[in-house]
Amino acid sequence: MSFVRDTWHLFLRLVQQTLRMPVYLVMSIIQPILWVLLFSQLFRSVAKIPGFEGGSYIQFLAPGIAIMTALFGAAYSGMGLLGDIDRGVLDRMLATPVSRSAIIAGRVLHGAAQVVVQALLILVVAILRGARPHGGVVGIVLVCVAAGLLGGSFAAFSNGLALLARRQELVIAAMNFTILPMVYLSTMLMSKGLMPGWIAAASSFNPVNWAVVVARSGFEGQDLGLVVRDFALLAGFFVVCGGLATAAFRKYQAEM
Amino acid sequence: MDAIAVEDLRKTYRGGVEALRGVSFTVQAGEVFGLLGPNGAGKSTTVKILTTLSTPSAGRAQVAGRDVVREPREVRRRIGCVGQSSGVDVNSSGRENLLLQGRLHGMAGPELGSRAAQLLELFELAAAGDRMVRTYSGGMKRRLDVAMGLVHRPVVLFLDEPTTGLDPESRANLWSEVRRLAGEGLTILMTTHYLEEADQLAQRLAIIDRGQIVAAGTPDALKGALEGDRLRLELGDAERAAAAEPLLRATEGVASVLRDGAVLFARVAHGGRAIPVVVGALERAGFTTEEVAASRPSLDDVYLHATGHTFSEGDAAEKPRPRP
Repeated sequence: MSFVRDTWHLFLRLVQQTLRMPVYLVMSIIQPILWVLLFSQLFRSVAKIPGFEGGSYIQFLAPGIAIMTALFGAAYSGMGLLGDIDRGVLDRMLATPVSRSAIIAGRVLHGAAQVVVQALLILVVAILRGARPHGGVVGIVLVCVAAGLLGGSFAAFSNGLALLARRQELVIAAMNFTILPMVYLSTMLMSKGLMPGWIAAASSFNPVNWAVVVARSGFEGQDLGLVVRDFALLAGFFVVCGGLATAAFRKYQAEM
Repeated sequence: MDAIAVEDLRKTYRGGVEALRGVSFTVQAGEVFGLLGPNGAGKSTTVKILTTLSTPSAGRAQVAGRDVVREPREVRRRIGCVGQSSGVDVNSSGRENLLLQGRLHGMAGPELGSRAAQLLELFELAAAGDRMVRTYSGGMKRRLDVAMGLVHRPVVLFLDEPTTGLDPESRANLWSEVRRLAGEGLTILMTTHYLEEADQLAQRLAIIDRGQIVAAGTPDALKGALEGDRLRLELGDAERAAAAEPLLRATEGVASVLRDGAVLFARVAHGGRAIPVVVGALERAGFTTEEVAASRPSLDDVYLHATGHTFSEGDAAEKPRPRP
């Protein structure tokens, strides 16, 4: 299984590089924690609005912030690939028998792993601030799986975009353009009952919302039978993004 | 058996740029083969195809007995590549770069560890082996680059402009490294746009110009094919040089003439004896020769003769190329 082995080695290289940037590490730990603390203060009174589903706002917010972090953490994964292209690292890899898909898979796995660690941190901070993981361990695992799948999807999408555009500016612009609308067209920060009808309708087509729904149901310990659809859609989105990245990679090679 | 066999290789990039227009050559096992040409001549495109990074539009190529299009994996197992842009990961140590490279070639365990240590030793990087590559000098980085191409003991090594951007000392070091590897029987294909480098290192070379091979052979045979000496005459400006060209051609003892701007090149049997004759003839016709020099044939002459323009001119005429 050279694909699995190669993916693992390329993944380890990226993990090693991440661990070697202490400032980056500290920032990616502090940032999600800040979000939990900031948003739970800022929107505290939202929980008091009649029609708000759920208990305290931090209880509602924790799984949402876990997904938000996954989104922001993985969206710029393609920048690293651009660096590898510019420095000739990618060409050097392509001249070895390394599995071609492993080059993308290693990056997707790295993006997913990073956001899972961040998601766990967020849940810990939220629990310390009074949130209750009614879903227990299974619920927490579900939050991580949802974050990992969404993070992996966006990492793949970002890498695919990087391969097609070959410009950092374009990757940044395209990601900024997609991320914020996807955040606000979801139940990440606001419960569905309080949304205008059209946003509530739009959210059911939004991959970010699928991830939020799965994560929140898991965290709250709700009947998981109700989120099978969202989970399946999220998994499908991951497969599609992976396919896009692979196709972009083939196109990159064909143009050489 | 030929280590590399290239037959009528063609590559047309999207947008219609013809990078290769029918390139053929062979490299024997154990040989250092030089692919010499100015920037944009098609050297790197050839190497990209031979190392399976790019596919040809037409033609065939075999490396280590395997077809680059039909059996790319088999080719990749047998080749080492040192690309033009370095390809080392500057955010890892030298040793980590070697280890990852070995792992991507399916190596593992103590065998890989000792191979990496051996290469660090061999390329005088042992003391810096565990330092981040971003702290390396240009020469050290290049040595690591070559070492990475050798981890899995390839049969054929590709060096794409390995000394571009190196200081003279690092260049000399790399040259002796290439000679040592050649002495061990490794087949090496190197591209360069330094005439001197090809002359010094390559047992055989091919001159590539605008996507075609215009001359091939050993450096000595290529130079030997040009009889006599070369005269280089400077006539002040291009207009006067152009006017003097037919006159020079008609002068006794001049075999052929080429013009490059304000400079005329003439092939003569004996440089020393021809100078007064030629300068005198030009003088009588009213042309002042500002500078004149005679030289034995060099690769520069071979290039000039084969392409009709000087090497530096070919370099300047770099064609627009799509992003690689």
